[in-house]
Amino acid sequence: MRNILAIYTKELKTYFNAPMAYIFLVIFAVVNGYFFTNTFFLFNQSNMRALFNIIPLVYLFFIPAVTMSLIAREKNVGTIEIVHTMPIKDGEFITGKFLAAFTLILVGLGTTLLHLITLMNVGMNIDYGAVLTGYLGLAMVGAVYTSVGTFSSSITDNQVVAFIIGLFIVLVFFLMDKMLIFVPASMAGIIQYLSVDYHFSNISRGVIDSRNLIYFASVIGFFLLMTARMLEIRKWR
Amino acid sequence: MIKVEKLSKYYGDVKAVKSIDFTVNDGEILGFLGANGAGKTTTLKVITGYLMPTSGNVYVNDMNILEHSHEIQKQIGYLAELNPLYNEMIVYDFLEFIAKIRRIEGAAYKKALVRVIDQCGLSGVVHRQIGACSKGYKQRIGLATAMIHDPAILLLDEPVTGLDPNQIVEIRELIKELGKEKLVMISSHILQEIQATVDRIVIIHKGEIVADGTSQELMSGFVGNTQLTLEAHKVNDESLQTFAATHPAINVVKTEDLKNDHRILHLEYAKEKDPRTEIFKFAVDSGWVITEMSPHQIELENIFRSLTKEGGSNA
Ligand SMILES: Nc1ncnc2c1ncn2[C@@H]1O[C@H](COP(=O)(O)OP(=O)(O)O)[C@@H](O)[C@H]1O
Ligand SMILES: [Mg+2]
Repeated sequence: MRNILAIYTKELKTYFNAPMAYIFLVIFAVVNGYFFTNTFFLFNQSNMRALFNIIPLVYLFFIPAVTMSLIAREKNVGTIEIVHTMPIKDGEFITGKFLAAFTLILVGLGTTLLHLITLMNVGMNIDYGAVLTGYLGLAMVGAVYTSVGTFSSSITDNQVVAFIIGLFIVLVFFLMDKMLIFVPASMAGIIQYLSVDYHFSNISRGVIDSRNLIYFASVIGFFLLMTARMLEIRKWR
Repeated sequence: MIKVEKLSKYYGDVKAVKSIDFTVNDGEILGFLGANGAGKTTTLKVITGYLMPTSGNVYVNDMNILEHSHEIQKQIGYLAELNPLYNEMIVYDFLEFIAKIRRIEGAAYKKALVRVIDQCGLSGVVHRQIGACSKGYKQRIGLATAMIHDPAILLLDEPVTGLDPNQIVEIRELIKELGKEKLVMISSHILQEIQATVDRIVIIHKGEIVADGTSQELMSGFVGNTQLTLEAHKVNDESLQTFAATHPAINVVKTEDLKNDHRILHLEYAKEKDPRTEIFKFAVDSGWVITEMSPHQIELENIFRSLTKEGGSNA
């Protein structure tokens, strides 16, 4: 636990001591803001739906970019040797890294609360329950993509490669339920269950179902375990 | 104590370490010597738990590396050869991070920090970014990282390579001091760098141990040639040829002609057959006037070189 905290703190300091984190956050806020205000004025909508449709799309690029350096850079610079010659478990190392990146994602998500405040000031009826579950869903999707990014950062020492692999896996998860018409009916159920969007839209509709939560937790767990596997393999090569 | 038993480590087809055995005792400073690519770093990486052995065993204080790697890591301080550091971090934050993982926090951290700042001479750079420090300071930061938990065992992979002579002297002094109470293992590919510091030397060549002992033991056990320099006047070509012809056991390696038959001869002969009296007699008979005759001490350097030259061992 203390090791996780040590890694987490170090990682967050690294993010926020460099301009990179701020640049990411500004881009994230601006892109979301642009799409939000556009649809807001065009359709005169008074809910957060437009925003909640945009954020998962922005995530696709934003999250692999935030996570690409997590492990790949330590491998590239060699600092992973410092960590792996100290009494620290791979699981602790990975969890600390994952949580730090996830924190940055949550901060990014936090910038979109500005739009909620705008809506409140405009003073239309807001379904606060749906907003709350919508944000929960967005946090979950963010965590899933962060776990994917952590994994892809562990299979290479090249950050660009880590980004591309991360983007690819995340795209597959994102597009799955949009491809349902192309798959045989027998497979459709499974593909739908695996798709992130299916579970996200369930949650953001205002229903918190444990099946959706279990899905998110399993995918996150799967990718973090795969990351641990990658780190373990290195020692035996 | 570190006990390495039949340790092998292969990287795919590359056999970096081939079934080596050696022991390092508590309170001993061991020099782990070998040319580049001999397998030093690989061996150290296995001892630190960074790499798993292909076969064989390593015991650190009687704990097996495969079963107790974290327990072992708690007792080891390690300075990696390339000394990787988080360049974007402040020295203070970095050492604090290391200390946290070593479970040294709060007041204990402050105390440990003061100790390593003093031992490693870091006082000028504590609040500097690591990336902005010079190579010498980075090396000290690496050392401080290895020492912050005051470990019983220090493994230093080429700790002085690339430093300037003054820095080398300082680090040597520090290692000597630390070696009084700790087990220290230093690797190097340059004998002179460690000869004066270490109690014992293990030489590794192409993944195999080719020598193990104190410098005295290595020198007395070595079968090799002794060299002798002979400076004399009135050494004409004719008498020199006669000398070579009548003394087949002596190899004339080189002659330097000064002037008027004043020459310096570099001779070589098997260590156990000292031909100096013979040479003296010959010189008197041929009218040579000897001004200097000095055999060279067998140097550890020669032993190291001949043990590790291409093609294999001499011993
Ligand atoms: N990660 C690696 N993959 C493949 N070969 C390696 C790797 N690391 C070292 N080697 C090879 O193993 C041998 C021993 O290397 P090393 O232990 O670094 O030697 P030294 O530290 O004595 O210079 C060398 O031939 C080197 O090229
Ligand atoms: Mg080396």
